[in-house]
Amino acid sequence: MTTSSLKAVLDGLASAGRTFVTSVPDKGLAPLLAAIDADPRFTHVPCTREEEAVGLCAGAAFAGRRGVLLMQNSGIGNTVNALTSLVSFYQLPLLMLVSMRGGTGERIAAQMPMGRATRGVLAACEVGIVEASGADSIAAAMAADPDGRVAILASPEDWTRATTA
Amino acid sequence: MKRVDAMRALLRAMSDRVAVCYAGAACEELYAAGDDARVVYVLGSMGLASSVGLGMALGSGKPVVAMEGDASVLMNLGTLVTIAQHAPSDYVLAIVDNTQNGSTGGQPTATANGLDLAALARAAGCPRVIVCTTEDEIAAAAREAASGGGPTVLHLRVAPGDGPRRVVDLDPTAIRDRARSYLAAR
Repeated sequence: MTTSSLKAVLDGLASAGRTFVTSVPDKGLAPLLAAIDADPRFTHVPCTREEEAVGLCAGAAFAGRRGVLLMQNSGIGNTVNALTSLVSFYQLPLLMLVSMRGGTGERIAAQMPMGRATRGVLAACEVGIVEASGADSIAAAMAADPDGRVAILASPEDWTRATTA
Repeated sequence: MKRVDAMRALLRAMSDRVAVCYAGAACEELYAAGDDARVVYVLGSMGLASSVGLGMALGSGKPVVAMEGDASVLMNLGTLVTIAQHAPSDYVLAIVDNTQNGSTGGQPTATANGLDLAALARAAGCPRVIVCTTEDEIAAAAREAASGGGPTVLHLRVAPGDGPRRVVDLDPTAIRDRARSYLAAR
């Protein structure tokens, strides 16, 4: 089951033409990052900061590619100007795969405020939000609105469960 | 050498490349001097022209020249690391250094007080860094950048001050679509 879940997520990305991948690492997304690195269908550029990653995805979109950003929600604040003045302004596609810290069971108190702010910030930046948990719902969200701006939110544990081979 | 002269010399010397121009006065000066369909004007995202250019290069496999100011590259210094680690050999970043925040009142940047951006790029691991202070040096650097063995960072030292400006009034989706067309046709 878990192997086919990972395959469903990778195929969901590839079949939607979402093959230009950037990332700022997250523990919950680590299995998916490793799988993307091992899959020749994807170009993967690890970045130093989330705003830079949005810039790379925007550039890929200027070249006709569809960009993906894997990140933790703690970095959402770093993306705001790029989401608005770049991705929204030029109407570029972007898929954000966001590992949601600051929810139920969070161990680090400092993660809680951004956990509360994340959805409001994304909505203010005109990014559609999909709450997902299993591989099927994640893959379905990857297929929808391929030229739009979408963030798939799931807990670190759900990302790991959905993408562990 | 004025900023706009450096940018135009760069575009002349790299006539086969799609180009990315950084937000603020640079876009407006370049636009005032004459629009060029292979230029992507990054109009609102200070610091991201280098990243946008890198995404275009990696996403297309085509040669790209990205221009960035001294203040704007300082806003996204991680870009030098990502370029060193991931840029293709024909990617060019040109840092146009006028030692000040030209778009916001001319406040000096650290390059006015000893910071060496070329040394910073080398320390980040960028394999080829070339300093240019004249248009002839830009032309020579462009030939070297095209010879392989890059990526290349050009440090263009220019005089402070702005030239004639014109607000870029192109539709943003038109800027997007012409970049896609240019890259698809190459």
